[in-house]
Amino acid sequence: MSPVTAAPPREQILSLRGIHKRFGAVRALQDVDLDVHAGEVVAIVGDNGAGKSTLIKILAGVHPQDAGTITYYGTPVSITTPTVSRDLGIATVYQDLALVDNLDVVGNLWLGRELRRFGELDDVEMEQRSWALLRELSARIPSVRVPVASLSGGQRQTVAIARSLIGDPSVVILDEPTAALGVAQTAEVLNLIERLRERRLGVILISHNIADVQAVADRIVVLRLGRNNGDFRGADITSEAIIAAITGATDNSVSRRAAAQLEADAR
Amino acid sequence: MSVLEQQEEQARGFRGWLGDIVARVSAGELGSIPVVVGLVVIWATFQILNPTFLSSTNLVNLTMQCAAVGTMAIGIVLVLLIGEIDLSVGSVSGLASAILAVAFVQNGLPLVVAILMAVAAGAIAGLIFGLLRTAFGVPSFVITLAGLLGFLGVQLYVLGARGSINIPFESVIVQFAQQWFLPAWASYTVVGLAVVVYAAQNLSRAARRTAAGLTSLSRTTIVVRSLVMLVLLTFAAWYLNLTRGVGAMFLLFLVLVVVADYVLSRTSWGRAVHAIGGNVEAARRAGIRVNRIYISVFVICSTLAAVGGVLAAARLGAANQSSGGTDTSLNAIAAAVIGGTSLFGGRGSAYSAVLGILVIMSITSGLALLNLDSSIRYMVTGIVLVLAVIVDALSRRSRAAAGRA
Repeated sequence: MSPVTAAPPREQILSLRGIHKRFGAVRALQDVDLDVHAGEVVAIVGDNGAGKSTLIKILAGVHPQDAGTITYYGTPVSITTPTVSRDLGIATVYQDLALVDNLDVVGNLWLGRELRRFGELDDVEMEQRSWALLRELSARIPSVRVPVASLSGGQRQTVAIARSLIGDPSVVILDEPTAALGVAQTAEVLNLIERLRERRLGVILISHNIADVQAVADRIVVLRLGRNNGDFRGADITSEAIIAAITGATDNSVSRRAAAQLEADAR
Repeated sequence: MSVLEQQEEQARGFRGWLGDIVARVSAGELGSIPVVVGLVVIWATFQILNPTFLSSTNLVNLTMQCAAVGTMAIGIVLVLLIGEIDLSVGSVSGLASAILAVAFVQNGLPLVVAILMAVAAGAIAGLIFGLLRTAFGVPSFVITLAGLLGFLGVQLYVLGARGSINIPFESVIVQFAQQWFLPAWASYTVVGLAVVVYAAQNLSRAARRTAAGLTSLSRTTIVVRSLVMLVLLTFAAWYLNLTRGVGAMFLLFLVLVVVADYVLSRTSWGRAVHAIGGNVEAARRAGIRVNRIYISVFVICSTLAAVGGVLAAARLGAANQSSGGTDTSLNAIAAAVIGGTSLFGGRGSAYSAVLGILVIMSITSGLALLNLDSSIRYMVTGIVLVLAVIVDALSRRSRAAAGRA
């Protein structure tokens, strides 16, 4: 993994600083920072209620933050609605995938932004580009003309991820992409994530599965009780250390040490 | 998936197409097969019981009876596709009948103006349903149930004390609905044009797909399908031409069905309608303006109901208090469901309106020929509707089992 991460000019896409969000009395996020660079997979891990979902929903425009700044390619932006998020180039793949079962793969990929020709749907162009995209991702889909209901969990995840790429985004957010998948299908999705990195996309990966995270993430950001609790390099952290940071078992010493190390490396 | 597999798929041609059909049926993608089988059974039964049933005269009558409620059923297909329901089409059609008669006969307005007023009333009714549905999220079942009562009231109010208004037999609209039949040559020309357009469209699409390296129907398949279509339609036209022929009103209905099918399958709007019926939340997240689609569907449904009401008044030559009453709404809904449109949303086609209404009107006509009164007719139609819903539910289940739900 490290050779890819070490690629010299790391263009920063997203930078979040001091993000606060509260829901009534609940402080969902307090002073959270996050950076995403091109060609980098950033995993966000944390226990239930740690604020992972809240954080990605802020990026996806579901609800804006109460305080803090988001900069996108160096310009401060305010992401007020899902459409703003999408138009900026942030694509979100939710855990429920939001696929329409009775439409085929092509129909799902292009839903809401169908290509047209003389006013009617241009099925030929859409199908051709669908094949091209799926081939680029080395995705295994039996046919793009079958309803997505007939696809396996991994294939559905693949379709959902492929769909997020249709709008040519620069950041893709994946919410628990491997949660409901078997071993082989998980491997397929992890390969797909690496393919996204090769395309120089910034990938934000939310996951509970430490092994998956370690397999693909360049950086692992730990959230605990709505605060940053460590920012590790994927290559040199043990799963014990990650779990310790997630559960808070080590009074943050691990995270502090790792953060110091990361800074030292950066210099 | 590899390019190789794609080419394999391409090479299968006609036999592959047949194989596809078998595979789909076993996976629960029944499409229009059950209703066609049902129609054949119904026709055979009535023909055995009364040999005049399949006579040209009776079939011509049957087609003319189908047009009005069939037009309403097209609207119901749309509403069912987005997973909603419209119980008010009967009342809205009755209101349209009343407005037509009052404006045209009592107030002496030009016919075109009267028709436009009637149809506009339908559009307004649909707009009200759509706005109520989207603004308050009230189930369409309740809103349109209220509409059923409310617009029946408006209909009675518009008709006033007289309660029944005859539309002169000589007027164009009544002539259109009762007396206008295509001359034989014209009916064959329409059939020929339809087949040529069908074949040309498919051939050009297939050529474009092949050029793009995608799987496409083989030329043989398209030619065979076109020929089958030509033979069937020519035979139907010829048989109807033995007596009065193809009614202008029936042709209008068929044209509306073809247009609806085109819009549903070849436009972004149609895609959005299917998507909303399948998964509203997914459609919303895909950036589809869900509320606009809801409103447009309700407007179109009620507008078609009003058109159906105009046709019904024209065919009857009158508008009265029972126009669009009793079983009109239910027949339209039953037609859509019997024709194969799913009550669960997202599945169905405009053609189910034709097939469904043919089934219902065949039952009506057949039982009338046997001198059985409406009690039996309601019971039989009820049973057929239950069968259709069972087929829908079962095929949904086997789709789920085959992973095509």
